[in-house]
Order: sequence, then C-alpha cells, then structure tokens
Amino acid sequence: MKYHYEVPGDDFSRAGNASAEMKKTLQRLGIPASVIKRTAVAMYEAEINMVVHAGGGEADITIEPNLITIEMTDHGPGIPDLAQAMQDGWSSAPDLVRELGFGAGMGLPNMKRNSDEMTIETGPDKGTKVTMKIHVPEAF
Amino acid sequence: MTIQEVQHAIEAEVVPGTERSDVTILSACGADLMSDVMAFVKDQVLLMTGLINIQVIRTANLMDIQAICFVRGKKPSQDMIDMAKENDIVLMCTRLPLFLACGKLYEAGVRQGGVRKID
Repeated sequence: MKYHYEVPGDDFSRAGNASAEMKKTLQRLGIPASVIKRTAVAMYEAEINMVVHAGGGEADITIEPNLITIEMTDHGPGIPDLAQAMQDGWSSAPDLVRELGFGAGMGLPNMKRNSDEMTIETGPDKGTKVTMKIHVPEAF
Repeated sequence: MTIQEVQHAIEAEVVPGTERSDVTILSACGADLMSDVMAFVKDQVLLMTGLINIQVIRTANLMDIQAICFVRGKKPSQDMIDMAKENDIVLMCTRLPLFLACGKLYEAGVRQGGVRKID
C-alpha cells in the first residue's frame, strides 16, 4: 500500500497533519502501537523540518507486511554539514521556531532513533530526501 | 494517579469538554520543547508545559499522551481544545509555574520521568 501527502511549507499550524493521518491509517491496519508511535514521531519530525527549513515537501509512505518505508522529499537548500546536524542539540532553526516549541536540535536524532534504518541524500540546492525504514515485528 | 488526584496535587482545573475518568498517570514530563518531549517521554505520562500552540496537542496525539497541563496560568486556544477533544486528550490549566507543578506532583507520588538513558 502506498500513501502520498503534500506537506505545505507556509503554515506551521498544519505541520504534522500528514503524520496524524498516517497514524490513523496504521491504527486501522492493526499495526502494533509501538511501531505506530515510532513511525508517527519519525514522520512528524521530518514534517516539521520540511516546514522550518525547506518550504514544505512531499511524504510518500509504503506499507509492506513487515516493513514501513517513509520517504520525505523537499526542494530546500539541503543540509550543509550532515554530521553536525545529526548531533543531539545542534540546531540551525531560527528563534521563531524555538518559540513554537521546536528547534531543540533533536529532530534528526529523533528520526534516526525511531527508525531501524535511515538514509539522507542531500546537497546544496539539491534539496533533501530522507528515507526511513521501520520493521514491523509480525505480519498483519 | 487519577486525573482527579493530579488536579488536586497541582491545583489544576480541567478544560470543559476534555474530561476523562479512565486515564491513569504513571510518569510526568515538564518541557516547552516538543522535540525533547518526543525524545524522552514514556507511556501514561502527563505533559506539563508553558507552550501554547496547536503543535503541543499534535505532539501529545502522536506520542499517545493522554493528559496535558498548561502551567503559569496559560489557557489553550479553541482550536487546541477542539483537537484535544477529537483525540481524547485531557487538558488542564494551573496557575503554578512549571517548577512548582513538577515538584508538587513528585511530592504527591508521581516519581517516574523519561524512558531513555541520557548519555
């Protein structure tokens, strides 16, 4: 099963809508609650990043019997120093974002922590594609 | 701890329309940064925060957090209340600052914090 969502870049209040929809879908499919939470958090952090840094993007989710794959693609400025961005607490978010409760430098680490595999393709002016894979322990 | 016991401990009022009697609180988290909430909280947790925006409710929903208390006299907006109702999340408000709310809840017996070991 494949699901596609547009993540609007101009409205912070709508960031997370796609993750909430995905959570409902996974609940309907009877996926274990722990897997749903990991998927929802990983995708939500990616959505927030897209809105904060890249002017929005697209989310594509593929659900297979034992695997959930989340692909988050944007056309933003890319991540200049990926190793630095992966560190807990390192953030390039503006103060306005911190006032909204994000920009703690936990976004990418949270995404990695909640995925079984995470790959990032990024480059200056190429945008960023984050692929996260989450294993589903039992077939459903 | 029941919501009623939490209310008593931290001098909180439940936002009308978000009441639930079946929620049990085993741990708590005091934070204004939602990414930190997502990094550290565990199950059956009460989120105490001074942050007022829709992403607080969104974070709680995605993390299966069933109760939130807004501190320092802050009040949630109508869109926050509506989203909380839709997702069965109890909203409370207290005039206490975050530090005192956490302290009083700890004193009342909620002693568990986050689940992840911090290196």
